[in-house]
Amino acid sequence: MSDGPSPLVKFLTRINPILIVLVVLVIVIAVISPNFLQPFGYMNFLKRAAPIIVLACGQVFVITSGGFDLSQGALATLTVIGSSILLGMDPDGTWWVITLALMAGVLVGLVNGFVVGVLKVPSIIATLGMMISLTGIALTWSGGAPRGYLPDAYRLFGRVLIKDVPFVTILPVAVIVAAVVAAALWLLMHRTNYGRLQHVVGDNPRSAAFAGVPHRRVRTLAFVISSVSAVLAVILLGGFAGVSTDVGTGLELQAITAAVIGGARLLGGHGAVGASVIGALVLQAIFTLLNMLGFPKPLRDVVQGLILIAAVALAAYRRRRSGQ
Amino acid sequence: MSPVFELRRIEKRFPGIKALDDVSFACNAGEVHALAGENGAGKSTLIKILSGVYQADSGTVLRDGVPVHFATPLDALKAGISVIYQEFSLLPDRTVAQNIFLGREPAGRFGRLDQRAMRAETERVLQMFGERRRFGADTLVGALDVAEQQLVEIAKALSLDAALIVMDEPTAALNEAECALLFELVDRLRAQGRAIVYITHRMPEIRRLADRVTVLKDGKVAAAFDGVPEAGVIVNAMVGRDIGDFYPDPPTAPPGKVRLKVSGGGNARLSGIDLALRAGEIVGLAGVQGAGRTALAHALFGLAPFERGTLTLDGEAVRLASPREAVARGIVLLPGDRKAEGLALMQPVIDNAMMTARAFSPLAGHPDRTRHGTTADMMAAFRAIDLRAASVDVPIGSLSGGNQQKAIVARWLAMDPKVLLFVEPTRGIDVNTKAGIYQRMRALADAGAAVLMVSSDLTEVLGVSDTVVVMAGGRITATFGRGASEAAVMHAATDAPQDRAA
Repeated sequence: MSDGPSPLVKFLTRINPILIVLVVLVIVIAVISPNFLQPFGYMNFLKRAAPIIVLACGQVFVITSGGFDLSQGALATLTVIGSSILLGMDPDGTWWVITLALMAGVLVGLVNGFVVGVLKVPSIIATLGMMISLTGIALTWSGGAPRGYLPDAYRLFGRVLIKDVPFVTILPVAVIVAAVVAAALWLLMHRTNYGRLQHVVGDNPRSAAFAGVPHRRVRTLAFVISSVSAVLAVILLGGFAGVSTDVGTGLELQAITAAVIGGARLLGGHGAVGASVIGALVLQAIFTLLNMLGFPKPLRDVVQGLILIAAVALAAYRRRRSGQ
Repeated sequence: MSPVFELRRIEKRFPGIKALDDVSFACNAGEVHALAGENGAGKSTLIKILSGVYQADSGTVLRDGVPVHFATPLDALKAGISVIYQEFSLLPDRTVAQNIFLGREPAGRFGRLDQRAMRAETERVLQMFGERRRFGADTLVGALDVAEQQLVEIAKALSLDAALIVMDEPTAALNEAECALLFELVDRLRAQGRAIVYITHRMPEIRRLADRVTVLKDGKVAAAFDGVPEAGVIVNAMVGRDIGDFYPDPPTAPPGKVRLKVSGGGNARLSGIDLALRAGEIVGLAGVQGAGRTALAHALFGLAPFERGTLTLDGEAVRLASPREAVARGIVLLPGDRKAEGLALMQPVIDNAMMTARAFSPLAGHPDRTRHGTTADMMAAFRAIDLRAASVDVPIGSLSGGNQQKAIVARWLAMDPKVLLFVEPTRGIDVNTKAGIYQRMRALADAGAAVLMVSSDLTEVLGVSDTVVVMAGGRITATFGRGASEAAVMHAATDAPQDRAA
């Protein structure tokens, strides 16, 4: 036997502990419900997790650059309501409606970035204001009672399963979309100048400005990414949730929770896309578990709140321990 | 009679530097003892030992001739020492009375707060300030101006019945009338038999107030006077030190063409600035705190730009509205407060050094291959300037001040700068590393850059600079070539009118 830690131990200590939590949760779910191990079981789980994955991957950009985006959920609601109304007028307009929704996402992100960067409003207030405004627009537009429906062409992304795929038998389109979005944002965060500048701006915006970093542009782009991810997420969600005024309610907090479970630092300077995906899966696994155990929705909200607090407290504890 | 407080043969070391070396200092009742010395001479360290913030490595603190040990500032406070720092410790949203009794509020019946006793005691103490005060026990501190807030700090000391009151450059933020009021107050405190330590580097104040003077230099007592000598004698004691091989040799070639030029530059902090920075030349900016040195560097860097006057870079008129515009044109600044303005402390060393190269490359580009060099180039630059870190991936916050400074230098070198603005380049950096920084500034100038250095260390300014520019009150008051005497520079820096804009 050699001295010092073996390669296996080294490998195990380098694993993100949240991955172990995910594995444990999946095992528990599989024990309670063996069907979960069938392709239909886990693919359905991944399909349901897809919107949170996309939201969390967008949200983690804003968190890393030192802010919050509370307007994600309201933007999602507005997208569903607006899409159903516009498609009620032109049932074949799926593509232009989706394009319009993405453009609305870009606009909302630019406004958030302007309010935070130029008007110097703290992001938590700026995006809270945006959330209230967007909800108001959605309610006004729908007259308080949402009508219409989303045609199949629109719901394809969230609903359709590709059948007869080798190894996994079925593959939901939502999972493909989430994987593509997560991969693209992972590249952006971890393999570009922009991603590195994000971390620097979130760590110390003043130092970044002294170094010539375009800190306003960097932060604004983070808000745009977050908003566009909210639009993409709700197009997936629209596939299995109906048209309602609370379809997006609380999604932003799920996204923040997922990012924080994945180790994102709430005051900025640290955040990872891959870990946020795992965080989203952990959150979805906990919801699935609670659902199986017969917890009603309000109690699940209680658990989500406790998880958010626990994740932040744990991160603060680990940071103290490591002396940073 | 033994002194009220006495420090005997105090020594204090910090990593890489001996802050106090065999310093003795006594304060007698009914006397004002002026403590003078350049920035970094050890005045603050001495006061912090006296007030229990630091503990001496060796030596004794005596109270009425009896050795005492202050483990915390509270111990010193209980023993009768009150320190009024330049930065006040007042809560703006509380009343004067609440601030004065902060942390030791008197309890009335049933353990309730005895508001009446607090107000009465506050009014009694405020009586001392005479007719001219415009506030009472119930005034909110936030509504007071700086001079009045200082009175509140003094009132706090009086209500604690402090035997020794330490004032750290108390006139730094006061105008002439306010200074006069303060001097009267100091006279009255002396008449009451209190001991006062008065820290300043303004000669007129020492002449007006002090009973005795101690001058610190490089952590040692350079001179101690039982009485107040002529200003020139004190200034000579503060300076008058050999400038050895520590500093790089002056350049052999005369300075080259003008790179950056300001004519009639001014803004809220500056006025009438005429300055030319030449290729191959190091210009040192001297002056006391608040003279506008950093403001000038920040104006040249586009942080707090000039609102008046013209700025030309290599003969071309430019306007700089932000640091990004300055950096894009080759004007870079090494901030004095590295942690707050220079570094992202949690991020790796390499990311801190590559920050600017990446900021001026396409956002979607690969972070290891920027327009201004690769990470491999950067690591070669680290080796060339001997930056030492366990790995370039450790957080830069874990590095020493000198290595942090090197990372910022490496960041700018990648951008091929034309003008380098060094603000307090050796602050928090140990003596051994300083010489290396001076050599590097010289090398940059020799390579054709214009270098401006802002420093509070006058010896450093004189040792490194080819031209010394002295500022006071937001203006340039004198310009010297090589070989200027410290005394001449100090006079230009301290003889400025007292009624500066606040």
